[in-house]
Amino acid sequence: MLGFVVRRLLYLVPVLIAVSLLTFLIASLLPGDLAYVILGDQATPEKVAALRHDMGLDQPIWWRYLSWLGNVLQGDFGRSFRTGQTVLQAVAERLPVSIELMLLAQLGALAIGIPLAIACAVRSGSAFDRFMTGSAFSMLSVPAFLSAILLIYLFAVELRWLPATGYVPFNEDPVGNLRSFLLPALTLALGEWPVLMRVLRSDMIATLQEDYIAMARAKGLKPSRILLVHALKPSSLTLVTVTGINIGRLIGGTVIVESIFALPGIGRLLLGAIFTRDLIILQGVVLFVAIGYVLMNFIVDMLYAVLDPRIRHGHA
Amino acid sequence: MATLELSIDEDVAAGPVRRTRRLGTLFWMAVAWLIFVFAVAALASLLPLPSPTDMDMLERRQPVSMLHWLGTDGLGRDELARLIYGARISLTVGLCAPIIGITVGGALGMLAGYFRGRFETLVVGSMDVLLAFPPLILALAVTAYLGQSLLNLTLILGVLGIPAFMRVARATTLSLARREFVIAAQALGATHARILLRELLPNVFLPLLAFFLLGVAVTIVVEGALSFLGLGVPPPISSWGSMIGEGRESLEIAPRLAFIPAVTMFLTVLSFNLVGDTLRALTDPRQGSL
Repeated sequence: MLGFVVRRLLYLVPVLIAVSLLTFLIASLLPGDLAYVILGDQATPEKVAALRHDMGLDQPIWWRYLSWLGNVLQGDFGRSFRTGQTVLQAVAERLPVSIELMLLAQLGALAIGIPLAIACAVRSGSAFDRFMTGSAFSMLSVPAFLSAILLIYLFAVELRWLPATGYVPFNEDPVGNLRSFLLPALTLALGEWPVLMRVLRSDMIATLQEDYIAMARAKGLKPSRILLVHALKPSSLTLVTVTGINIGRLIGGTVIVESIFALPGIGRLLLGAIFTRDLIILQGVVLFVAIGYVLMNFIVDMLYAVLDPRIRHGHA
Repeated sequence: MATLELSIDEDVAAGPVRRTRRLGTLFWMAVAWLIFVFAVAALASLLPLPSPTDMDMLERRQPVSMLHWLGTDGLGRDELARLIYGARISLTVGLCAPIIGITVGGALGMLAGYFRGRFETLVVGSMDVLLAFPPLILALAVTAYLGQSLLNLTLILGVLGIPAFMRVARATTLSLARREFVIAAQALGATHARILLRELLPNVFLPLLAFFLLGVAVTIVVEGALSFLGLGVPPPISSWGSMIGEGRESLEIAPRLAFIPAVTMFLTVLSFNLVGDTLRALTDPRQGSL
């Protein structure tokens, strides 16, 4: 197991270096000089040249990359020239919101997906199963911003049960906090459950045909126990895989949902940086999200190896 | 690592799925809808439509009428005309970007799967770097720097699709490269180019094509998301995503302004998914293997 972890960790190093290089190159090679952005269009060439010199923009690009990478490795992702806040401060302020949103969304997706998958697998081929499989397929074609608008229209405009936008910090009002997260998390969950449900359903149909399930039935175990313990447990591996595959989409969805529901998370930070052309925050946040994404994928891989011994011994 | 495209591929592929050779009514309904949308979008300039960009402040958010079949939007522009011209944008980006992906990704994947060795390591490694970014984040960041235009949008979404196509092409090539007909061609002294183009390409092409249709669906969704956020095609050009984004502002007084483009987009994406998924099930290499 240790050898496997070390091998995977070593593979992360070149990937992370390449990620930092790509992030840096996107920001440096593409048009739009940072000095002009800061000083505005009316800046004199002398002022621009002076600022470029101060910021080191007149240095060769490989040198700028290395010094930037050196700063990043020391935890200095840069500082916004608009608000004066460092990237890390800005990210630390907003990260809890995004994480809460993603966790609630994932919980919601599991809460919808698992019972439906079990119900469909037990009666596979029935009208209910065909209806739910069809609905799951259609739901895959509904992007987050469509379901968000539908939910806002239904629950905020027509029924007036929940707020359409707005954010309440958890330590001020836990109930209000959860209320403000309900619609955004539901929006994301609506996009996630079909994927979970479809994979888990076919997985369980296969498991229910195994001999040990017939054995458990013959012993007279309660059907609920057979389904939840004997059949669902082997599928935990599949659930981890699907969760891993979904992370990238979940992050993308988080950006959209935070923007629609005005939640102050990482996604809003990123979009705000784009609209105000705050290039240092933008670069820092993209790098931060990419690193987080790579690490999350790494953790999923590890979890997968813990659950399935064949993978860590290379027999998969 | 994961992409938008792969998530569709994996969940459909898992488990025993009953496959029938009959395509079914739903399949043909989806095809009919796609033909209809394409025809209307292509013939937009010939149809007797009002201009999609002419504003009329006295005619804001007019209900459905003989003059404006779907009413007017928040700036008094004809909703139907915007919907049809928006279809042009969504379909152009939706088709052109996956063409970039299928060409570059397909070629890289076939070469990597056929020649193996260092080249394969390099290709797979560089794709891993591209996959290290959540797709939407990378698209947002690059548009922010490059600036918003139809061409930039298409290029970015095209590049984002390359890894997924590369994986499909490589996996199919790997499974085919040891089959009898390839070994026979090698024994007959065929050149690498001939084996790749005449023996492998026809067999790799169908799975890639089925995947292409799923790619179109994903691209339309991502383009819609970018335009919805105001980072897609620049105004006053309409795309379905930007129309939904504008309609969101008037959800309380005129919900149809958001729902009409939303339903159109949903039906189109669903149709591409249906057709692509059906073709994918038919051309699955695991089914046809010896």
